[in-house]
Amino acid sequence: MAFTLYSLIQAAILCVNAVAVLHEERFLSKIGWGVDQSIGGFGDEPGIKVQLMNLIRSVRTVMRGEVKRSTV
Amino acid sequence: MDLPHHGYRATKQRARAAPPQADPVLFEDTSSSASAMNTQGYYTPGYNMGAPSSDMQGGAGMDNLFADPMANAAMMYGSSLANQGKDMVNKEISRFMSVNKLKYFFAVDTRYVLKKLMILMFPYTHQDWEVRYHRDTPLTPRQDVNAPDLYIPTMAFITYILLAGMALGIQKRFSPEVLGLCASTALVWIIIEVLVMLLSLYLLTVHSDLSTFDLIAYSGYKYVGMIFTVLCGLLFGSDGYFVALAWSSCALMFFIVRSLKMKILPSISADSMGTGSAKPQLRLYITVATAVFQPIIIYWLTSHLVR
Repeated sequence: MAFTLYSLIQAAILCVNAVAVLHEERFLSKIGWGVDQSIGGFGDEPGIKVQLMNLIRSVRTVMRGEVKRSTV
Repeated sequence: MDLPHHGYRATKQRARAAPPQADPVLFEDTSSSASAMNTQGYYTPGYNMGAPSSDMQGGAGMDNLFADPMANAAMMYGSSLANQGKDMVNKEISRFMSVNKLKYFFAVDTRYVLKKLMILMFPYTHQDWEVRYHRDTPLTPRQDVNAPDLYIPTMAFITYILLAGMALGIQKRFSPEVLGLCASTALVWIIIEVLVMLLSLYLLTVHSDLSTFDLIAYSGYKYVGMIFTVLCGLLFGSDGYFVALAWSSCALMFFIVRSLKMKILPSISADSMGTGSAKPQLRLYITVATAVFQPIIIYWLTSHLVR
């Protein structure tokens, strides 16, 4: 497996793109990974799932450049 | 260079201070005094050197730089351009990474490098693995042998590339593209490993003081093991290769586990007291996974060099 830097950049772009196209309503909420389900324990450490959901949400926010409507 | 080891408090503020800025004079023309005499004959007096040459030679001690005003002006213009370029480059680079922090990692000396190499190859007798601090800033590698540095990984990386070229040349499989491919493959694996480590540290909310450069340093220490393995493989054939692989893998795994254990696993009891019994286990998994990944990557990157 001979990597080049270009293949690394390609892989990174494809991964970020894959995270960016995850749809909020159709997919993430269905499997319980929506943004409204992540505001849970304000206590100590968030836990892996909440961190992952935050990460997905921040990647999507940065890549899409939209203003998210509040779902409160 | 005779520093006591225990309880050493660095009184010199060298932890984050940059090394003294020696401003290099870029175009210091030390040859002008010698060549001005010669070039007087060549540069026909088209400017203002219609004056008799005896006048020039009389004041040659002072007027060497002005013997040829065009060259002098060009020299000053060039040096000002170079200074501007240097400032611009420094400004752009300091936007991405702080150069001071980078300088901290390169503040090494010979004694540190020798001790560190010995620890990398034989870590079983090293007693104290704590990174010492001095008023909240970590000590430089010159003063603390446990501090990570970037000098050894950089040198080991370059040596590995050269050694790979040599190994391929011995087997008559060398071509210049292979060298670049080997270099970029190794670099990509480092980047992948550092990114995976950063991601896992972020997901598990490990509040350690491991910066990106620290992770690059710890990932780069495996190149020392790789060099040792390839050398033994070249010298002693396939058996020597596997023996050296086993030795350096065990040593590197021990080194990584002991070094990262201090940083990742919670030793401060004021941290998460009772939340989540899964936490210490997951942190342990990260450390062990990092350690296990090293021999795999050593084997992957060196086996094709030693057939």
